[in-house]
Amino acid sequence: MGDHHHGPATGVTRWLFTTNHKDIGTMYLWFSFAMFLLGGFFAMVIRAELFQPGMQLVEPGFFNQMTTLHGLIMVFGAIMPSFVGLANWLIPMMIGAPDMALPRMNNWSFWILPPAFLMLASTLFMEGGAPAFGWTFYAPLSTTYAAPSVTFFIFAIHILGVSSIMGSINIIATVMNMRAPGMTYMKMPMFVWTWLITAFLLVAVMPVLAGAVTMMLMDIHFGTSFFSAAGGGDPVLFQHIFWFFGHPEVYIIILPAFGVVSQIIPAFSRKPLFGYASMVYATASIAFLSFIVWAHHMYTVGMPLAGELFFMYATMLIAVPTGVKVFNWITTMWRGSLTFETPMLFCIGFLVLFTLGGFTGLMLSIAPADFQYHDTYFVVAHFHYVMVAGAVFSMTAAIYYWLPKWCGRMYSESMGKTHFWISFIGFNITFFPQHFVGLAGMPRRIPDYALQFADFNMMSSIGAFIYGASQLLFLYNVVATIVAGKPVSEEKVWDGAEGLEWTVATPAPYHTFEEPPAVPKPVGTF
Amino acid sequence: MGRVFSAAAWFLVAPLAGAGNQINMSPGVTEMGGNIFELHMLIMWICVGIGVLVFGAMFYSIYAHRKSKGHQASQFHESTQVEVAWTVVPFLILIAMAFPATSTLLDVYDNDESELDILITGHQWKWKYEYLDDSGETVVFFSNLATPQEEIYNTQGKGENYLLEVDEPLVIPTHTKVRFLITANDVIHSWWVPEIAVKRDAIPGFINEAWTRVPEEGIYRGQCTELCGAYHGFMPIEVHAVSRDEFDSWIAAKRGIAAAQTELAMQTLSVDELMDEGKRVYDSACLVCHGAGGEGGVGNAIAGSPVVLGDIAAHMALVADGVSGTAMQAFGDQLTAVDMAAVLTYQRNAFGNNTGDVVQPGDVAGTKNG
Ligand code: HEM
Ligand SMILES: [Cu+2]
Repeated sequence: MGDHHHGPATGVTRWLFTTNHKDIGTMYLWFSFAMFLLGGFFAMVIRAELFQPGMQLVEPGFFNQMTTLHGLIMVFGAIMPSFVGLANWLIPMMIGAPDMALPRMNNWSFWILPPAFLMLASTLFMEGGAPAFGWTFYAPLSTTYAAPSVTFFIFAIHILGVSSIMGSINIIATVMNMRAPGMTYMKMPMFVWTWLITAFLLVAVMPVLAGAVTMMLMDIHFGTSFFSAAGGGDPVLFQHIFWFFGHPEVYIIILPAFGVVSQIIPAFSRKPLFGYASMVYATASIAFLSFIVWAHHMYTVGMPLAGELFFMYATMLIAVPTGVKVFNWITTMWRGSLTFETPMLFCIGFLVLFTLGGFTGLMLSIAPADFQYHDTYFVVAHFHYVMVAGAVFSMTAAIYYWLPKWCGRMYSESMGKTHFWISFIGFNITFFPQHFVGLAGMPRRIPDYALQFADFNMMSSIGAFIYGASQLLFLYNVVATIVAGKPVSEEKVWDGAEGLEWTVATPAPYHTFEEPPAVPKPVGTF
Repeated sequence: MGRVFSAAAWFLVAPLAGAGNQINMSPGVTEMGGNIFELHMLIMWICVGIGVLVFGAMFYSIYAHRKSKGHQASQFHESTQVEVAWTVVPFLILIAMAFPATSTLLDVYDNDESELDILITGHQWKWKYEYLDDSGETVVFFSNLATPQEEIYNTQGKGENYLLEVDEPLVIPTHTKVRFLITANDVIHSWWVPEIAVKRDAIPGFINEAWTRVPEEGIYRGQCTELCGAYHGFMPIEVHAVSRDEFDSWIAAKRGIAAAQTELAMQTLSVDELMDEGKRVYDSACLVCHGAGGEGGVGNAIAGSPVVLGDIAAHMALVADGVSGTAMQAFGDQLTAVDMAAVLTYQRNAFGNNTGDVVQPGDVAGTKNG
């Protein structure tokens, strides 16, 4: 078909009606960055209030709205869409496909997101304020006791669930049907593998989340009592349903990040990924285990002893495949020929800090110890190590790594490295002390705290401002690259990069692989 | 500003863990707390050990295998033996961890043979304690945050136990196995006192169990640890562990007060008595939402409120039953007849409301029964 060879349409309709995986990927990435800044702004409000003991800037109720929106927007608005954007850009190029399998659906799955988040953010201006029950929205705080805006929150969750499911179906269909001849499953780049598995997780658990919010809706408006003990329902049921979604969700967030790291570390080690097959199996086992550990978030709800033991053992087991991944990455570096460009720095930052988060995860998995850790800042530290230093750092690495391929211009390496060091230091000043205050007894989600926590909280706030500011440098670096970066034209921007995406022209043309490429050689052999 | 510097300085000396900042879990005072602490330290040191190996290898590689030193990349990319080893060894380490973890957990779950049972009910935003006793009257009271609003809003210096102090602490005897039965009245709360290693969620419609045996007299402080609404950060816990004798006389005194209350409920109180008592009740139960001057806040203004200036029975019903879906809770079960009468009288005459109405405990009891 001739019209396939046209370039992009002009004007705003290019973006509104586009079915091009690269355009859609770009929109996802910019949208998620905007959400990252918005969620980050809420975090700054939180840290400013916690700078000192006493209430200074906001009221306790508003503080809870900030923590809730911060969590929801970061998880659903920043991290998840950013990886979907990356998948859109890269999966077709990595498997030698011309586009995603279902391009029109692709357009929809992006375009329903901005209205959903607009609606979620608009709850801030509604009577009674925005949702204030935490990103985990435990009933009955989120049902009987919630502000009226909860209905809009439920609707927003539904829409972004639909978006995620459409996105995942698209990824599954693309990977299963559109691989170039010769691109067998065990030759696929790790990023494609991790996304394929993530997409299955999403299809499995997003409907569960939809079920949970629908039951909330019924309880709120139609007189049912799914989660209300007074009507014969069960508030703990909510937590089981939520975490049946929620624990796989944390792996939905981290698996694509694993994929990114598995692409970048070999490139800058100039050495193939160590243990490709075991990486695939480890990812699959993590995905399987993620379905049977959800109640480790609920050790204190009063489960029977047998349940407690089961979830403890299953959770501890996750450390095994997670460990395999970390060992494989380090062995990939071992006896390589290492250089430390910005993407590699972010990957090494990821390795160190994610592993620390894995260690605290292992500590949290020990049920009796979790009685002391649960719902304290120790948990907050844990999940920021895995989600920020894990997912966000790897996403940042991905942007620096593939940006030159996308726009045909090189970012400023010195600015990139500065961004890394400020982020790394700012992140640790923010979150390392949170282990201490958590162990010392500071509960999470409180707007004010006892005096013994003051020093570390101030430190945390200072770190957060530093980390927050460093993201503006990132934005500047990316924009400056796109507008005026030094042009690059080599197909292989990085000498150690491997994979089909590095065989197309730089910048990547609007349409790639209209003819399937010859798949050179199995991944992992040079 | 001073604190900015101390925080900055702290960062520099953080490894020394000076300045009196607690950086680790406390073993607390109970045997179970000690066991949990040891478990925590054990797992932590195992992690540190693994971390040293893993990061050691990584940093060595970063140092030795860099291109700038001319290191050539070798191309190996798998080794079944190594991969099996680093799957099996961690698995064995986990099995080793599982033993102490399991035995400590069994201990946490051993709720039998308690000598004293206390029912703890979480309310937005206070705790209710009931000493269950089949022989006589149960002792019941609410425990509210005692830190004044002035300290929270920084118009007054903060005391040593800022946000960790209550008007009426929970009192328990030492060397006694105390069982806590934990539930909630509205949303989910969680009752946590780190020093005695008890944390259990308080869930409406469920009764959870936990226990402790405190060997040392002392004051142990904690907080609600499950987000329970706007004032989640303001419902602390204070446990006073006292000797058996002291406990016995304390509980006897409590029973005496309860009896006196019942007595009082039969009498007619003077307006001054009602107003004094009413102010006390207002300040502890209503002020957070309705303001010190009745000016409102989270809740409506009391000054000039149509409900307060209107029909007494409707006013009482609202306070007793709450307004569902709002922060206004049902106080009916929380207030004694005397408290209820007093706070109604107070609201109807304070803040310029000057209705001149007087509500007596008998009126309250009458309505409750009627
Ligand atoms: C070795 C792997 C891991 C283990 C054993 C583990 C274990 C745990 C446990 C037991 C908790 C519950 C703690 C509590 O609430 O008391 C927890 C919380 C959490 N974890 Fe992990 N975790 C691991 C990795 C991850 C990863 C990879 C992510 C996400 C990228 C993650 C995200 C979270 C989040 C978001 C929470 C807190 C949720 C909340 O209550 O708001 N964890 N983890
Ligand atoms: Cu989990």
